[in-house]
Amino acid sequence: MNLSGWGRYPRIDAKLSAPRDLATLRANVHKGNAIARGNGRAYGDSAVSTQNTIHMKHFNRMLGFDTQLGQLVAESGVLLADIIDAFLPRGWFPYVTPGTKFVTLGGLIAADVHGKNHHKDGSFAKCVDWIELLTCEGDFKRCSANENTELFEWTVGGMGLTGVIIRAAIRLRPVSSTWIEQRTMVAENISHAIEIFEKFQDTTYSVAWIDCLQHGNAMGRSLVMLGEHAKAENLPSEYHSELLKIRPKRKLRIPLQFPNWVLNNFSVRVFNALYYSVGKRQSAQKLIDWDSYFYPLDTILDWNKIYGRRGFAQYQCVIPIQMADEGLRALLSTISGAGIGSFLAVLKRFGTQESKFSFPMEGYTLALDLPVNTKTLALMEQLDTITLQYGGRFYLAKDSRMSRFTFQSSEPRATAYSQYRSEQGLNELYCSTQSERLGI
Amino acid sequence: MNKETVLLMGARSDIALALAHRFAKGGNDIQLAARNSNGLIEDKLDIELRYGVNVTLHEFDVLDTTVNELFINSLPMIPDVAVCVIGHMGEQKESERDVQIAALVMRSNYEGPAAILAALANRFEERGSGTLVGISSVAGERGRATNYVYGSAKAGLTAFLSGLRNRLSKKSVHVITVLPGFVYTKMTENMELPVKLTAQPSEVANSVFRAVQKKRNIVYVKPIWQLIMIIIRNIPETIFKRTNI
Repeated sequence: MNLSGWGRYPRIDAKLSAPRDLATLRANVHKGNAIARGNGRAYGDSAVSTQNTIHMKHFNRMLGFDTQLGQLVAESGVLLADIIDAFLPRGWFPYVTPGTKFVTLGGLIAADVHGKNHHKDGSFAKCVDWIELLTCEGDFKRCSANENTELFEWTVGGMGLTGVIIRAAIRLRPVSSTWIEQRTMVAENISHAIEIFEKFQDTTYSVAWIDCLQHGNAMGRSLVMLGEHAKAENLPSEYHSELLKIRPKRKLRIPLQFPNWVLNNFSVRVFNALYYSVGKRQSAQKLIDWDSYFYPLDTILDWNKIYGRRGFAQYQCVIPIQMADEGLRALLSTISGAGIGSFLAVLKRFGTQESKFSFPMEGYTLALDLPVNTKTLALMEQLDTITLQYGGRFYLAKDSRMSRFTFQSSEPRATAYSQYRSEQGLNELYCSTQSERLGI
Repeated sequence: MNKETVLLMGARSDIALALAHRFAKGGNDIQLAARNSNGLIEDKLDIELRYGVNVTLHEFDVLDTTVNELFINSLPMIPDVAVCVIGHMGEQKESERDVQIAALVMRSNYEGPAAILAALANRFEERGSGTLVGISSVAGERGRATNYVYGSAKAGLTAFLSGLRNRLSKKSVHVITVLPGFVYTKMTENMELPVKLTAQPSEVANSVFRAVQKKRNIVYVKPIWQLIMIIIRNIPETIFKRTNI
């Protein structure tokens, strides 16, 4: 059947199975060329293998919760949305969350995702206590920071290439309400945005929207959004009776594929409206519910259709902190000069991170959505070159088109990973279309 | 709906587990009954964690009708709602060849479910309350060459449920017949099913949950099936026997 990631590009004719028990799962893995697939929210081909894609949807049970530690044990196919549904009303929220809640626990670990709090709390790895996975001997191995350490370190961020994650224990964060206090600030250009990020390092959540249309002095003008979990005592009294209640939200569906220009024009108009209204007041502060704050796009269930038939790519790279200002300028001027139309990008400060193969490093990460066509593919090649020039690297959960040369040049850690995989015999059982393209 | 206890028989099936989630989400305690019920421990933990209700596991084999009373007595309480989700399609060709295989299909779809529902019906009647739900099939609406052994057993179950409903309607016991049409389950995993006519287990669960609340009698999960079955039932036999539906 035809499989793709969330970007609906590339589409690959692939064999898909959905085992219901461990014995079947093990038998399927032993056919080789296996990759586990969660909810298909990686943008490209990370969770696709032409020969043997294994859907983990039947491994979707939560098994235990320790209220002292805030530790949840669950199977890898459990959705983050279900974890929030079950535990937010009890005062717990994910320690680290990506921009969608429709991801599985296995996917969160395999991509070692980051959230708006990376500068303060690190990546998802920070809340993973242990992982149980099916490796190559057909055994289930538990690994953690103290047990099978090397396997643990390669598995977190290892893009599913060390085995199939079956279950894991993660820690949640105690919260006293479902509300976020958000403060939005206007940055006149990229240096100003960086200045704001650096100044507010102690704020738990921070992210910026950049208007990629601007040139010159205004290049990188953006809205920097800071957020904190609202404490009960800071909330108006009318909120107090239902501090942890999840309010059902109306979900929208995209009935058809949009022509490519729609999103770009719309998004920039929204941006401009916000930019000027916030700018007038200098900094706007407001209470916002968790769902709108962390997952604004989840309300539109299949927003990936907005980009039309050909699908889209998300481009995300990180530039190390010493080179950030210069590197981002080079990226932004290339984007605004490309004449591809106008769109939004997201900018985020990463804190320090030491890991075997995870994406984040201390610096600034830039992410943008692009419809797939010859022009944008060429632009992304240019951006690759700039990222390499400034010592940056690329987020594999977003990638669908990078060349092997680009990847290998950006990733001195790739050799060690390939070596580990072959020493352990993992390369004989596990691969994805992406790992084959990039030579992992 | 107040907090009630819901018994699900054939609990390992996709439809039963979807029902367990739906009823537990509504705040109801769940009794899961199946063969090798210990294998449902993960589902028990999952449902208890998500919805904060009690889930108990019970050993139950629908073909062993001699122990039905024992089974009911072993439950921590007589449930308010009992759903029988047990079904076994078998291979029509094998059922034609081997009478034992056909008998197993008939017993699994008719004799077994009817027997346990009958035993529960008597308890509910005595108590003067409760809802019984039988998952039957549109295949029981008219015998077709491709699956009439399964269909005839489901026809039996549908008639049995109809009679039970008639008998108990004066005793405050409600009986629901569910005719799901195609459903994406383990049973149909290797079949090519028409998307518009095929329901997800969660859709079946939602329909049954609503039907229990609203005391409906006969439930088609996808309304289109009601229309399809009206047509199929009304084709004259002289024509129907020559068709290849």
